[in-house]
This record gives sequence, structure tokens and C-alpha cells, in this order.
Amino acid sequence: MRLFQYERAATPEAAVADCLAEDARFIAGGTNLLDLMKLQIETPAKLVDISRLDLGAIEEAEDGGLLIGALVPNSDLAADPRIVARYEVLARALLAGASGQLRNKATTGGNLLQRTRCYYFYDRHTPCNKREPGSGCSAIGGENRILAVLGTSEHCIATHPSDMAVAMRALDATVVTLKRDGDRRRIPLGDFYRLPGDTPQIETVLEPGELITHVALPPAVDGARHVYRKVRDRASYAFALVSVAGVVRMDQGRIAAAQLAFGGLAPMPWRNAEVEAALVGQEPSPALFERAADILLADARGQGSNDFKIPLARRTLAATLRELTEAR
Amino acid sequence: MQFTVNGQRREVDVDIRTSLLDLLREHLALTGSKKGCDHGQCGACTVLVNGRRINSCLSLAVMHQDDEIVTVEGLGDPERLHPMQAAFVAHDGYQCGYCTPGQICSAVGMLGEVAAGWGSHVSPDLAAPELSTEEIAERMSGNVCRCAAYPNIRAAIAEVAEDGGLEAAPEPRRQEALA
Ligand SMILES: Cc1cc2nc3c(=O)[nH]c(=O)nc-3n(C[C@H](O)[C@H](O)[C@H](O)COP(=O)(O)OP(=O)(O)OC[C@H]3O[C@@H](n4cnc5c(N)ncnc54)[C@H](O)[C@@H]3O)c2cc1C
Ligand code: SF4
Ligand code: FES
Ligand code: FES
Repeated sequence: MRLFQYERAATPEAAVADCLAEDARFIAGGTNLLDLMKLQIETPAKLVDISRLDLGAIEEAEDGGLLIGALVPNSDLAADPRIVARYEVLARALLAGASGQLRNKATTGGNLLQRTRCYYFYDRHTPCNKREPGSGCSAIGGENRILAVLGTSEHCIATHPSDMAVAMRALDATVVTLKRDGDRRRIPLGDFYRLPGDTPQIETVLEPGELITHVALPPAVDGARHVYRKVRDRASYAFALVSVAGVVRMDQGRIAAAQLAFGGLAPMPWRNAEVEAALVGQEPSPALFERAADILLADARGQGSNDFKIPLARRTLAATLRELTEAR
Repeated sequence: MQFTVNGQRREVDVDIRTSLLDLLREHLALTGSKKGCDHGQCGACTVLVNGRRINSCLSLAVMHQDDEIVTVEGLGDPERLHPMQAAFVAHDGYQCGYCTPGQICSAVGMLGEVAAGWGSHVSPDLAAPELSTEEIAERMSGNVCRCAAYPNIRAAIAEVAEDGGLEAAPEPRRQEALA
């Protein structure tokens, strides 16, 4: 690990003031950043410890939603009775991720910003445009079983590994930030991540030194059913190959509202409004679910060892929709 | 830097890069906690910080100067075993023993989480979880055992849970305490 300067911030304002240099980084739970620092994939010259900031609460928002502090541990978020009762898909996604120990440390803000698990990103001896811009992408034509089939570019086919972010995307969450100049921004999660294009090293719209202070959830959809279905290589403690977060409300045997987001398929939690539009107003049926999958996967492109994700996504979507719509 | 480990205040001079695991093993001679992977993947380094189980390998020591750190050595000693330690002995919850300190700390933390009403990935009802064999396996999946002593590990944990060994487990840190 490279040597770094360490500072513990007392307030969010002090944290952004401390994090001025290009090679300074915030550290929250540290479960992703330290992992990458040990391998010298991240080599910050300065760490600004934000773990003691007063951003550890979950509060009722004025609009009837919830305001989640950036430092709320993943465990606490999953166990919060309001999350369990009103946003079960989020609790389920969190509990499907990592391990009990890791969830105790991992934070809401850090989880959103965790980096890809692409094997080559982790291997400093191979070319990787995300780790070393311009060096090439070893995954294209290489080992890409866990990588993306949607939203990729010729420069990078990495997936975003978070489960939590997929549920938040389905729930229309908004990221609240504090910038260096003191400005606050509210960034819908749908605008937060960037596709790789020819700059895969830039993953979000955050400016350098911009601090996530909260994630806001809009009011919950009344009477909706929530499902998070994660397909992975082991039954527990493994990243998603494919996952679907779904929130669906039924009315008299028809789908009245549908919010669906997908993990493991793309460089960001993936959502496609056309998929949802095709479902709303319809009676659930295997043919309808196939049509939704056709729309979702119209532009999907495998790279060899990840080809299987396309039929897997199709079946996972159908299974999730069945669970969301079947009479109980 | 100053730390509170197993109820004792300790002062040491360490490099800023030192992980909590290396602090315990290399600087405080607490070699119960083990290094399996050093990357959060095996759970051998699990300790309790403010009553919560965490991976000490993915923690910077400097970030835990104000915390209560408990290692397997702090849970009990050969003369006065913690109920979880005694149950692991009674059920042969290990073969080589390398993962055992992490398993024991993790199990103690886990029972605290169950007592606090936390659900898991396999709980049908997240609001009212009940501890079953399947629940123990899921909740302990962050602790890998190379010897696959899993059936006996689960049996040991189940016995402590049934015996109401929960009281012995420290309370997980509540959210308010975070601020
Ligand atoms: C073995 C293992 C298995 C895992 N399995 C899963 C899994 O199945 N599913 C899953 O979703 N995740 C999984 N994870 C990843 C885990 O969820 C993340 O490591 C964790 O959520 C990161 O949170 P953190 O607080 O520790 O972030 P840190 O490591 O502290 O930070 C991560 C990044 O975010 C930045 N950052 C942190 N907080 C803020 C903030 N408030 N504002 C601005 N920037 C910030 C940091 O500068 C850093 O760049 C796994 C991790 C490991 C090690
Ligand atoms: S897919 Fe992206 S992260 Fe993986 S090697 Fe290619 S550029 Fe790097
Ligand atoms: S040594 Fe910490 S998880 Fe393996
Ligand atoms: S007893 Fe040998 S690794 Fe678990």
C-alpha cells in the first residue's frame, strides 16, 4: 500500500475542504477502497476519514419518503423497520449482498461508488482502460463471464457490482451531495452513473471532492409487491450474475404500475422505461413476460463467455414478474 | 495511537497504513484473529467492534481509535470459556482451527443481530426472523472453513442460541451511537 496522509473530518463542510487535491479520497467503511489500495489499484495521496460524520440517520422526508444518511451501514438500512415495511426490495437487495461482517462496515454512499469486479481491473499486470486509460481492454476477447451485455463500449464492458444500487434505481432514489463550493446537488440515480464510452475511468457525474451526504427515497408505491431476485454462482456471499429488482402494483388482475431495474447486465444499474410501459395495463402472461424480455435485451451483446447472461436475464425477468404478479 | 482492546487501553506507535488485523497480530500480540485472504473474502479476521462483527483486514487501525475492540482472546480464556467457545469444543466445530476464532467472533456478533430482530436473505418475513439451520448457514456465509467443518459449526451455534446464550453476546451498536 502506498503511503498516504490521513485526516478525520468533523463536519461535511470540513470533509470537502480537506478533499481538495485530485488524489485525495474520502474513506467511509473502507471495504472497497482499502481492498483496492492494498493492490495499488487506488493510490490516494490523502484519505479523508468521513466515518464519524453525523450522517448516520434515516429520517422521514417532508414528501413522505425517507432521507438516508450516506454513512448508514448497509446492515442498519436493511434492518430499519421503515425500509422493511415500505421499501422491502431495498432491504432484500442489501441482504443479498456481501456478508454480515461486510454489511456492518459498508456504507450507503460507499456502496453506490464501489468499483467493478472485472478480473483485469484487479490485475495490474494486464491492460485495462478503466484502471489505466488508453491501455486497452483485456476483457474483450478474454475472460468476461461476469461482465456486461448492455450499455458497454469497445473500451470497457465492466458491470457495476452493487445490489443496493439496483433496488435504489427501481425505487427512483436521488443522490444528495455537497460540493466544494458549498453547493448542494440532488442527482436522480438514473442520471448519477455514466456509461463507459471512451472514458470508462469516469463512472459517475460526481465532481472531484463532491461528497454524498444522503440518498433520498420518494414516497413508497401503495399496495405494491416487492421482489429482489439475484442469480449467482453460490447461494450466498457472491456477486450477481444477473439480478432483478421489481416493484409492481396490481389492479383487478392487471399490472397497474411497474418499476424494474437490473444488476449484473450493465455498467450501471439498468432500467428501461419501454419494458415497464409494455407491462402496464396488461394481464400477466408468459407471452407478456417474453415481450418484456425482448425489449430489455434487444441491444444485448455477449462477448463469448458471458453470452449465457442473455438467456439467463430473460428467465430471471420472467420468474421475477411471475412472483410479482401471481395471485397469493 | 491509542486503542481499547479487550477492555484494556493500549498505546502503540504504528505506520498509518496498518490494518486493524495487523495491529492486533503484529503489534499487540493478539494472534487469535487470523489472516486468511487479507481482502474481506474469508472471515478469518472477524472481530467485534462496538459489539459488531467486522472484517479487521479491511479496516484501518487509525480509524478505530475511539472504538471498543473485542477479539477471540477477549471473549474468554481457557479457564472461563465464553459459551460460544465451549460449544465449539463440545461440538468439534473445527478441524485445523484456522478459521475458528473468526467463526466464534462472527457467531457471537450474529446472535446479537438476531436478538436485535435483523432479518436475513433467507428470512421469509424480514420483520420476524427465526433462527433455523438455514438461517445460521446464510448469516455465517462470510466465514469460510477450508476444512468444511460447517455441520458442527452450525450445531455449536444452534446450541448457544437455544441455551439463551444470547445474553452473553454484546449488543450490536445501535444507529444512534454512530453519530
Ligand atoms: C468479499 C466481498 C464481497 C462483496 N459482495 C458484494 C455483493 O454481493 N453485493 C454488493 O453489492 N457488494 C458487495 N461487496 C462490496 C461492498 O458492498 C462494498 O465494498 C461496500 O458497499 C463499499 O462501501 P464502503 O463504505 O466500505 O466504501 P469505501 O471503501 O469506504 O469507499 C468506496 C468508494 O466510495 C467513496 N466514498 C465513500 N463514501 C463516500 C461519500 N459519502 N461521498 C463520496 N464518496 C464516497 C470512496 O472515496 C471510495 O472511492 C463485497 C465486498 C467484498 C470485499
Ligand atoms: S472491461 Fe473495463 S474494467 Fe474490465 S478490463 Fe476492460 S476496461 Fe478494464
Ligand atoms: S483475512 Fe479478513 S476476510 Fe480474509
Ligand atoms: S477448521 Fe480448518 S479452516 Fe475451518
